[in-house]
Amino acid sequence: MKKLLTSIVALLLIFNAYAEQKTLTVAAYPSVDEIIKTALIEWKKKHPDVDIKVVGREYADHHTAMTTALATATSLPDVMTIEYGYLGRFAQSGALEDLSQPPYRANDVAKKIVPFAMAQARTQAHGQIAIPTDIGPGAMFYRNDLAQKAKVKDAELTESWDSFIESGKKIKSATGAYLVAHARDVKDIVIRTGIPADEGVYFDSRGQSVVGTSPRFQKGFELAKKIRTEGLDAKVNAWSGEWGESLKRGNVSVQMMGAWLGGHLANWLAPNTAGLWRSTALPERAATSWGGTFYAIPKKAQNKELAWDLISYLTLNRQQQQLAFEKFNAFPALLDAQSGPFFEQPVQFLGGQKARIEWKNTASQIEPTRVFKHDTIAEEIVNAELDLVLLKGKPIDQALKDANSQIQRRARR
Amino acid sequence: MKPIIKPSIAPYVLISPFIILFLAFGLFPILFSFVLMFHTWDPVQGLASMQFVGLENLAFAIDDPLVWTSLGNTLWLAVASGLPQHLIAIPLAYLINEKLGRWRNAVMGAYFLPYITSTVPIAMMFSTLFSTDYGMVNAMLLKLAQTPLFQHVLPNTNVDWLGDPKTIKPIVAFVVFWRYLGFNIILYVAAMQAIPRDQYEAARMDGAKSFQQFWYITLPQLKPIMFFGVTLTIIGGLQLFEEPFILTGGKGGMEYAGMTTAMYMYRTAFDYNDYGLASAISWMLFIIILAMTILTNKAFKGKEVQA
Repeated sequence: MKKLLTSIVALLLIFNAYAEQKTLTVAAYPSVDEIIKTALIEWKKKHPDVDIKVVGREYADHHTAMTTALATATSLPDVMTIEYGYLGRFAQSGALEDLSQPPYRANDVAKKIVPFAMAQARTQAHGQIAIPTDIGPGAMFYRNDLAQKAKVKDAELTESWDSFIESGKKIKSATGAYLVAHARDVKDIVIRTGIPADEGVYFDSRGQSVVGTSPRFQKGFELAKKIRTEGLDAKVNAWSGEWGESLKRGNVSVQMMGAWLGGHLANWLAPNTAGLWRSTALPERAATSWGGTFYAIPKKAQNKELAWDLISYLTLNRQQQQLAFEKFNAFPALLDAQSGPFFEQPVQFLGGQKARIEWKNTASQIEPTRVFKHDTIAEEIVNAELDLVLLKGKPIDQALKDANSQIQRRARR
Repeated sequence: MKPIIKPSIAPYVLISPFIILFLAFGLFPILFSFVLMFHTWDPVQGLASMQFVGLENLAFAIDDPLVWTSLGNTLWLAVASGLPQHLIAIPLAYLINEKLGRWRNAVMGAYFLPYITSTVPIAMMFSTLFSTDYGMVNAMLLKLAQTPLFQHVLPNTNVDWLGDPKTIKPIVAFVVFWRYLGFNIILYVAAMQAIPRDQYEAARMDGAKSFQQFWYITLPQLKPIMFFGVTLTIIGGLQLFEEPFILTGGKGGMEYAGMTTAMYMYRTAFDYNDYGLASAISWMLFIIILAMTILTNKAFKGKEVQA
């Protein structure tokens, strides 16, 4: 019995000593978790007494886990990573700290960060709920070899949507390659360009659907239909196995996406195509963004001050931001980090093009877009109606009207 | 030595792990989803944001065209994948049991293998096979289409198997059928082995042929296990989730042709963040499964009375 007591006391003492060491929990998805782990080496020099636990989960699992953590207010991390796609939902929860209020200093640092991304994480009701760390300025990646074979110039691809489609026809007839992976991709860019201030992609400032009335949707649907009718899309969804195969084999000549795609192409999607791709602006020089990563602090977090300190380091330290770009293709949200030798360097994968400067220019032109809670379902409804237009020849007006009423029905809830 | 736990409470302590797990992961979610059915709840706002809305979720679900599309898909898939499972498993089990001799276990193992393989690699394998531009099925069909024999029967362009609403459902049904056939074969072989051999001997003495033995001896005595197997198939079929989820990229495919009710329920909760509606759909599905199970029970019982 005595032995048992002594060992319990000893265990308690060890536990106590361990508890004095502060533990900061950070929840993230790939490859943000890797970026954070790399950053910790430097950050820990300043905070040797802090233990850090980086909880990395797959993209969707991470956001489900964060939803559950917020729902039950248990196992909340001190630093929560949020991807742009989930920002609308998390922003309106009211469970995240307003980082523009003391002791946080988001207002002081706002000028240092890309304005559109800062604005995306700001809500009227809850203030600045997160700080952006990386952004995805939109770019058009195209196969230079295929374009040359079809005698299509860079300018023809970007001048207008019509010239873009004309180029596609030339490429198809000269090389057999499709212009884009899916007609939907074109619609996705058109509906994201020219959004009036204070409006979201699908909703106006009062939360009413604009799908039925906005010319953006009309034009997007018409272009998508034209691309399908001309047989210019491969009908494959981005991130599917078939998509990767199409990029590897050169069956798809253009892929429009965030600038970070360049890194993915080089690293794992199509490393065999090195030197064949080029990057240029989107058609009609549309400036849109794809995704982006944000850091937030839950109101019920344990170590808020330390959390802010780490977030500041991750988002405001020039070296750290550039390191994340160089190693993990995370395009810096910090303005100061968008210059320097790395930006001037030619990108080998893109045939020695100095593409990063172009991406930086795009980033500076992107307008903030408001995010709404029902964005995900609105996107889904619009895509389903577009499928009907593309596959069943449903009239565009009717499709948009139906999408609008379905979105309204959901948004009322 | 004194026992650590009093004998009178020892049984309770020993079964407590199960009871605790069952309460936490079995009973609690069921009760919570029942409560949720009558509430709206945005989980990211915490438990305090639950609001009582009465039957609104149920009304919305009944009025939601996607609920009915998904129910239609589910029933279609349950029948198209479930019926062949039994219609083929029973004669196949008979053949395996009667004719294969020492190869019996090896063949049964081969049929059973898909059942114990994880759904993820299975669905991935089939999506690779049925890939439009790079799949083996299309490559084979194209080769066949070039031969004079099949020239006019087969299409000479690639079929968009998983992108065309007309072909998604048959493929999902086929994968489910392929996967669970082995399970049913084992079930029926086990039941057939329990049938006394002397009945067959007596039948043979009376001049009964192989088919007659199957029809008059084997089949009637399989009825209890058929009831069991069919019930499992109905419940499994109506709860179908993994195969269509992976084959359609988690979204249900073109025109939602491959979206089952279980999938729609999952998407309503985790993609659309509408937990109240998802709970209402889950209880609707439960009622339907319950009704179907009772009907199956009635159908099998009714025949027994006649017999």
